[in-house]
Formats: sequence, C-alpha cells, structure tokens
Amino acid sequence: MPGTSELHIRVSDLAVGYDGVPILENLDFEIRRGEIFAILGGSGSGKSTLLRHLIGLAEPIRGEIEVDGAKPKLDGGAPTAGVLFQSGALLGSMTLGENVALPLASWTDLKPHEIDAVVHSKLRLVGLGGFENHMPDELSGGMKKRAGIARALALEPSLVYLDEPSAGLDPITSAELDDLLLTLNRGLGTTLVVVTHELPSIFAIARRCILLDTAAKGAIALGDPRQLRAESLDPRVSAFFNRRPSGGEAHP
Amino acid sequence: MLPGTARRCSAPGLTLVGRLGSLRRGEEVLTANLSAASLPADATGWNVERADRKGDRADLELSGRLSVRCAHAAVRRMRALLDDSPARVRVGLERLEALDAASAAVLLELCDDLRHAGAAVELGGASGRVRAILELVEARPRGGPPRGRSAPPGIVSQIGEATARGVAFARQVLDFTGQTLAAAVAAVREPRTVPWPVVTQVMERTGADALPIVSLISFLVGMVSAFQGAITLHKYGADIFVADGIAIGVTRELGPLMVAIVASGRSGAAFAAELGTMRVSEEVDALRTMGLDPFRYLVLPRVLALTAMVPLLTLLGDLVAVLGGAFVGVVGLDLTFSAYMQETRRALTLAHVLTGLSKSVAFGSAIGMIACQWGLATRGGAEGVGRSTTSAVVSTLFFLVVIDSAFTVLFNAWDV
Repeated sequence: MPGTSELHIRVSDLAVGYDGVPILENLDFEIRRGEIFAILGGSGSGKSTLLRHLIGLAEPIRGEIEVDGAKPKLDGGAPTAGVLFQSGALLGSMTLGENVALPLASWTDLKPHEIDAVVHSKLRLVGLGGFENHMPDELSGGMKKRAGIARALALEPSLVYLDEPSAGLDPITSAELDDLLLTLNRGLGTTLVVVTHELPSIFAIARRCILLDTAAKGAIALGDPRQLRAESLDPRVSAFFNRRPSGGEAHP
Repeated sequence: MLPGTARRCSAPGLTLVGRLGSLRRGEEVLTANLSAASLPADATGWNVERADRKGDRADLELSGRLSVRCAHAAVRRMRALLDDSPARVRVGLERLEALDAASAAVLLELCDDLRHAGAAVELGGASGRVRAILELVEARPRGGPPRGRSAPPGIVSQIGEATARGVAFARQVLDFTGQTLAAAVAAVREPRTVPWPVVTQVMERTGADALPIVSLISFLVGMVSAFQGAITLHKYGADIFVADGIAIGVTRELGPLMVAIVASGRSGAAFAAELGTMRVSEEVDALRTMGLDPFRYLVLPRVLALTAMVPLLTLLGDLVAVLGGAFVGVVGLDLTFSAYMQETRRALTLAHVLTGLSKSVAFGSAIGMIACQWGLATRGGAEGVGRSTTSAVVSTLFFLVVIDSAFTVLFNAWDV
C-alpha cells in the first residue's frame, strides 16, 4: 500500500450538520497521502454529510478541514480532487465519452483528438472501453459507477472521494470495483477517501478508517479496521465489524 | 346489539355480512360472529366472546382466524365488549387458530390502550404459531407518539416560521440573481467560456419546437379577439376597425403575453424539472466538483436561449394572430383580405411592435431565471421535483402579469 507519512487531509475539531444543527461533532483525524481511508458508520450516521464537507460542497458549523494545507473550496477554479457520487451522477444528456471529456475540455488545452485518446484510456482503465457513445441510462448501476470513477480520474487528481462505491452492486461487481480502487491506489498513488458500510469492501481496501455513530454524534473509532474488529473493547465498534445488531432502533 | 341482528361491515373492498350471536344476561356472554365472503379461505371467520365470571374481571375469548383485513372489526368489537371499563381483562387466545403480524400488532395496541386506561390486561393461552407471531411483534418496541409528529405550532410560531421562510427565500432569490448576473458578466468578458452548443440546443427546444403550438394558439387568439371586437363594431358599421383592434391589441399585449404563457408552461416547466432532477441526482454537485459553475453551464444557456426565442416566437405569434383576425374578417364580416391587411398596415406602427417585443424580452429572461431558480432550489426526491416545477410555473405566470402591468404603466406614462 503506497500510504506515506505525508499529510494530505487534516480535520480538526470539526462539527458538521444542517441548518446549524450539528449531527457530527469533535471530529479530529488525518489522512496521509496515498492511503485508502474509509469513512464508516450505519445508515444515517453522517458519512455522506462528512464527505460533502471534505469535498467543499458544504460549510462546517465549526472546526477546520485542510486539504494540502488549504481549505477545500469549489470556487469555479480547476478541481484538485475527483469525486464519485453515490449514483455516479453522470450528466444524463451526455454520452459516457462526453461526461469524461467535460473536465478535460474545460480545464486543459488538449485538442479534441487528444481528449478522445484520454477519454478512451480512462474508460478502458475502468473496464468500459468501447462504451464511449453510450448514454448513462443505457448502463447498469455498476457501469455507471465505473464511468463515474473514470470521470473523477480525468484530470489525474491526487485525491479521489468515493461515496458508497459498492452500494447496491452484486458481490462480484463489488469485488471488481474494489480491485479497481486498489489498482488505482497502487498504480497511481492516488489518495482514496471512501464512504461505505460494506464490510467486505472495508476489509479488502481500507488500511485506516473512522467509524461514525449516530447516538455518539461523532467518531467512536479510528484506526485499522482489522485491528478494530479484533481488539476493540467498545461494544458498538465490535457490533459494527461483526455484523451484530446493537439492539436499539435507528435514530430518525 | 340485539341477538340475531344482521349487519354489514363497510370496510373498503370488503363485504362482511355478520350475524350477532346470543346475548345471555344470565351468564354475561356476548358473542360477535362475522364471516367474510370476500376474504381468502385462511382468513375468513373470527369470533370473540365475553364471559364475566367475577365482578371486576372481563374474560374475552378470541377464536377463529384473524387477519389484517378483519383485525379492525375484531378489535372494535372487543372495545365495544369492554365499554364498561373492567379493572381486569384477560384476552384468551386458546381457540385462536391463526393470526398475522398486522393483526397481532393491532391486538397488542388494544392491550396497551387498556393498560393506559388503568386496566390490568393479560393476553394468554396462545400457543404454536400464534404465540411465535405475538412474541415477534411484541419484541419490537411499540407505543409512544409517532416519530416526526409533534403538537401543531401556535399562530405566532406559524407567522414566525412563514416570515423566516420568506426572508430565506428572498435571500435565495437575490443570491441566485447575483450569481446569474455574475455569470452573464463573465460570459460577456469571455464569450468563449459560454457553452454555445448547449445554448443552440436549448434554443431549438424552446423556439423551433414550440412553433406549432405558438402558431395554433396565436391563430385562435386572433380569431377569438376578432369575433369579440366584431360584435360591437358591427353595430356601428365599423367592421374594418376589427383589423385595427387586432393589430394593436395583439402586438402590444396579447401576442407577447400568450407566447410567454406558452413558454412558461412548456420551457419553464421543463427547465425546472430538468435542473431539479439534476439537483436531486447530484449532477449539479458533480459539475461543481469538476470546477464548472452551474450558473454559467446550466442557467446562463437557458436564460440566453429563452431571452432570444420568446421575442422571435412573439413576432411569429403576432403575424399568425393577425391572420386569424383576417380569417374572421373575410369569412364572418365580408371584408376582403387585402382591405383587412391594408387597414392592419395603416393601424400598426413600429412603436406597437417594439413595445410588445421589449415586453417579450423581459418575459423570456424572467421565465428562464425563475424556472432555473426553482430547479436549482429543489430538495428531496421526485416529489421535490414536482413541487419545484409547479412553483416555477405558478411563479412565472404571476411575474408575467406583474411585469406586463409595469410595462403598460411605463409605456402609458411615456406616451408610447
């Protein structure tokens, strides 16, 4: 695993939520360059909310997020990170090729034939070579996610955020996607921040993780998921990693 | 209820013809027996009896097969049998052959209600599958107020919330207008950055594709207006002035307004639904993460396209409406086509056409901006998209009338 000691993302005393009401507080963690870091937690625990704040799509209530030493901002400048959204979020009016080409056409001075070459190589990388002219609604869920990854990688970002990449996929497609993420991480040294609650994926790809809990309104564990499963004395952590119901009802 | 009284259960989709059994005061046994012809075989027929052997204790005995379809009737009957509020209640299930999870939940809710009212309730005698289902349902936490519901807010809270919503909305509209203007200024400085292919695509959809409906509506509006004018003008032998009325009325007022209404229902609704769907499916967020400004990429092309196409459609609409008026003049008023057109040319000035066109420019940009604003403000799923689309159309129609009134007052003041 090409994780280094170099800091990529630092989160300190972070509180995030909606309309000023925090759903996660006191978050402190760091993500090193080149590592695969998983944000874990049950449904409704705030994983995607935290991710939106890391990306810069929402403003924190309190605390700081630093990506490469700067606050993440989406101010219309060239993007520094790629994002795979839960549904793939491919633009429905464009073909797969046009979706992947969009950031290249907007932020590089590549000529159309060069863009075509890059698009083709990215789609081939995610196993979708030859699907350039397909519309998103002609693809399966797994293919849309892979196309979303190709688009996220278009500008060769050093950091990619992935929101539940394997949710709703069959086990084989899910395992293929995990392999793809590992390949990208090993081959390109890309830092991957993955939101998931799929245990097989977590153990397959993540070397470090943060576990969020609705009732605790924050993180209840931080570290290597295998180690946490084997050694954590916290019943909530143990319940999550060993797929044991914790007995209570989900919080609204 | 008297013994042997027939009764009909009026539950939707269910026809229960029931017969109350015997009421024997001596032993205090009351029996309700209903059978359901339309229920599946495994769910037909239940029975509840009350046998009070001690003063303060009521023994109910359920028998037969209880399902979700008859659970309400059974529990209602049980409540009726317990209307004397006994201090202790035993619900015997020894003779209950089957129940499903939904009827178990309803039965347990009845027990909770009775306990709440102060009675000691015992649910006993269940065995086998009935017991297993009851245990399964009982194991899930029940009771308490439904989640998400609270007491309705008072009038002051409602006024406060409405005001806060209004302020937030006004801020959102200002923010949207500012960002759209900023995108427009940036586009003027760097026209290369405007996604022109998207602009032409939207122009085709909002303009060329709308030609048939705009033509048809304009022709009919011209005809109807001519008919209405002719009724009065004919009395004075001034049939020819129908052409004046149509020419001026259509170019200054009706033409721009009718085209704008069509554009609002057609293109405005489409913009709001399109952007709303993109919003809820995270496509707008995806654009932002790629460093693409949604205002420049999504809003500006639509506003530009509509601002250009609504005046063009208005010009066409004006022409077709005049032809509609001419049709009535020729067919209904015995005017010649050339006389009608000559009168139209005489009545019409460039100022009439330009006042109408200036309105339609404002209409086009207003429809585009309002529809896009509602689209990008969409929250929630499919329902949110529907809400935004409705709001977009209602808001644009309202603002069309407001803008039209403002222009009319201004033109009147300037004597145009």
